[in-house]
Amino acid sequence: MSGTQVKEKKSVTLGSIWRDKHSRGVILQIIAVIGILLFLGNIVSNTVENLDRLGVKVGFDFLSEPSNYDINQTLIEYSSSDSHFRAGLVGLLNTLLVAVCGIVVATILGFTAGVLRLSNNFVLSRLMQVYVEITRNVPVLLQILLWHGILIHSMPVPKKAEALIEGVILTNRGIYLPQPIPQEGFGWVWIALLVGIVFAVFFKRYANRIQTETGKLIPAIWIGFVAVIGLPLVTYLLMGSPIEVSYPELKGFNYKGGFVIKPEFMALWFALSIYTGAFIAEIVRAGIQSVSHGQTEAAHALGIKPNFTMRLVVIPQALRVIIPPLISQYLNLTKNSSLAIAIGYMDLVATIGGISLNQTGRALESMGIVLGVYLFISIAISAAMNVYNKRVSLVSR
Amino acid sequence: MKKLLPIAVSLAALTAMNVSASTLEDVQARGVLKCGVSTGLAGFATPNDAGQWEGLDVDLCRAVAAAVLGDSEKVEYVPLTSKVRFEVLKSGEIDVLSRVTTWTFTRDASLGLNFAGVNYYDGQGFMVPAALGVSSAKDLDGASICIQTGTTTELNLAEYFKLNGMSYEPVPVETSAEGRQNYIAGRCDVYTTDASALAAQRSVFEDPTAHVVLPEIISKEPLGPVVRHGDDQWLDIVKWSHNAMLNAEELNITSKNLDERGANANDPSAQGLLGTNEAKLGAMLGLDKKWAYNIIKQVGNYSESFERNVGKETALKLERGLNALWTNGGIQYAPPLK
Repeated sequence: MSGTQVKEKKSVTLGSIWRDKHSRGVILQIIAVIGILLFLGNIVSNTVENLDRLGVKVGFDFLSEPSNYDINQTLIEYSSSDSHFRAGLVGLLNTLLVAVCGIVVATILGFTAGVLRLSNNFVLSRLMQVYVEITRNVPVLLQILLWHGILIHSMPVPKKAEALIEGVILTNRGIYLPQPIPQEGFGWVWIALLVGIVFAVFFKRYANRIQTETGKLIPAIWIGFVAVIGLPLVTYLLMGSPIEVSYPELKGFNYKGGFVIKPEFMALWFALSIYTGAFIAEIVRAGIQSVSHGQTEAAHALGIKPNFTMRLVVIPQALRVIIPPLISQYLNLTKNSSLAIAIGYMDLVATIGGISLNQTGRALESMGIVLGVYLFISIAISAAMNVYNKRVSLVSR
Repeated sequence: MKKLLPIAVSLAALTAMNVSASTLEDVQARGVLKCGVSTGLAGFATPNDAGQWEGLDVDLCRAVAAAVLGDSEKVEYVPLTSKVRFEVLKSGEIDVLSRVTTWTFTRDASLGLNFAGVNYYDGQGFMVPAALGVSSAKDLDGASICIQTGTTTELNLAEYFKLNGMSYEPVPVETSAEGRQNYIAGRCDVYTTDASALAAQRSVFEDPTAHVVLPEIISKEPLGPVVRHGDDQWLDIVKWSHNAMLNAEELNITSKNLDERGANANDPSAQGLLGTNEAKLGAMLGLDKKWAYNIIKQVGNYSESFERNVGKETALKLERGLNALWTNGGIQYAPPLK
């Protein structure tokens, strides 16, 4: 055979390289990469040169200087003598707070609305349609402003507000609630809670094993639930209720003591959850409808109860369709939280990208930090959700 | 994200710009002055019913345009939020920033900018509803205070309350319109900003008498025009456009009597300013002889501008106070035209 093999001998010329599909692709890609690098290099060198000409120094040393401004909602200790860095941290935590609260409520709202929209009840399904169509077709910024307007105009000012029940006061400066303050010995309650959770997790695994081995069903979820709630409760009572409650009281201009949820937070939280919930509802509807009806019928034919059919047959398959677009919605909600600035919620953009930027004039650096942090948060959410997506996606056996 | 866009745009502009040697040549070649102003602050920069910008800050833009281009109407106004103003100036999108900007050490020393004088001496004050019965800022312990973010007022407020051992809840607002909304709705008890802006805000309330401005002024806020580093000639032009208006007031030259004063050969100071004798003040700035004549003819002297925009006859009803000439007990003081 070897004698008959004809070795193709090609003369390598520029023309032939260009005509070859593969090498042409490589060449074009190299050119594109070089072009992009040159462009970026030009931007960076231009910026540095221009700032140099104006005598402006670039650097992050301003972060350690005192911020000299106050923030109205702080999850960690903060005062105006703390650094810009800490102010940014306070802002970041506020961003994360509204993002997490928003994601939780949007998910609950979205799943409920998505399932109800498929319900046979005409009124319910139409109602959900109206909700979805109205909220997702109005810009979220307007919804935030609307909620804020409603909250500050419809609620009474603190001096005219009356307690709903003892310690619960609705005012246009926020909802005041009694705040439990842990006393000595409360640490045991936390430990009991931890024990309860660990027990619940192991018990569920044990129950699963029993089920695979014997087919016997143990109500592990309920038992776990009782453990998680009951253990801390019993400990709490045994320790002699180590909690003191601080009630809000009107002192001067405002209520003091207790716990307050500010209208800015509420407006942002409501608007983002309701807006994103509408998108999630549609994603959930699409997910459920993507599961062929044959699956349900097959499950019924096997004698599986309807609610088990939903939980064990339909939803796991629907999740494969739901999760990827759901990740995008979570990312959208987190990024949309930067609209907080419109109503004065002190998030990352308002602190480091707003007041700090203005006081120090370090626009490039501050904006760089804000961009970097949002990028990091988004990639983190995306990575976490991708892990979850892997777990629910089709396993090929 | 709406608020981020201008910053992003100006950052992009900053990266791509190529500052040319002379702002004066640029403006004259373009035939129009680009002036950064407020997004709407009564008395300082706000469009009137006919859509034309007017106010004390606007008059400074017009004065520079009159000096440089001979026509005070050749101005393109660029409304800017407090947040983006410095970036927009640095990037070269505007030639001068005249936007109630407080002259501070940090801004002057670290931003690559120069302040070209003070066209209004201001100070931070507090406004409260009269019904609250508060008569001093010292009584404001525990109050909720509406405050415009991204201004020096935030720093003053934090410092004042800390010094006096009082607490407060800051309620940050982005624009003055939003601040009014929050204040009227009772989201905050107190509205704080520069005293002149408080007067401007109060003037647009339904019932201005229902609100009082407290006597305490807790800071000094010299507001003035700003230009970029690196063009000393342009700095001089802006500085002396303002000083020409002050000197005109001091010499008692107004937009009405300037032709008469310029013709009087026994009045060398007036003739020098108006360019009707042999003095060549304009040429030293790279401008023509009529530079100051044009300013006073078209814009007026400082007093005329002040009274027209923020004075007693206007809705703001501001006294000259600190802004009176040094000869009248104020601190507006222009170097001599020698």
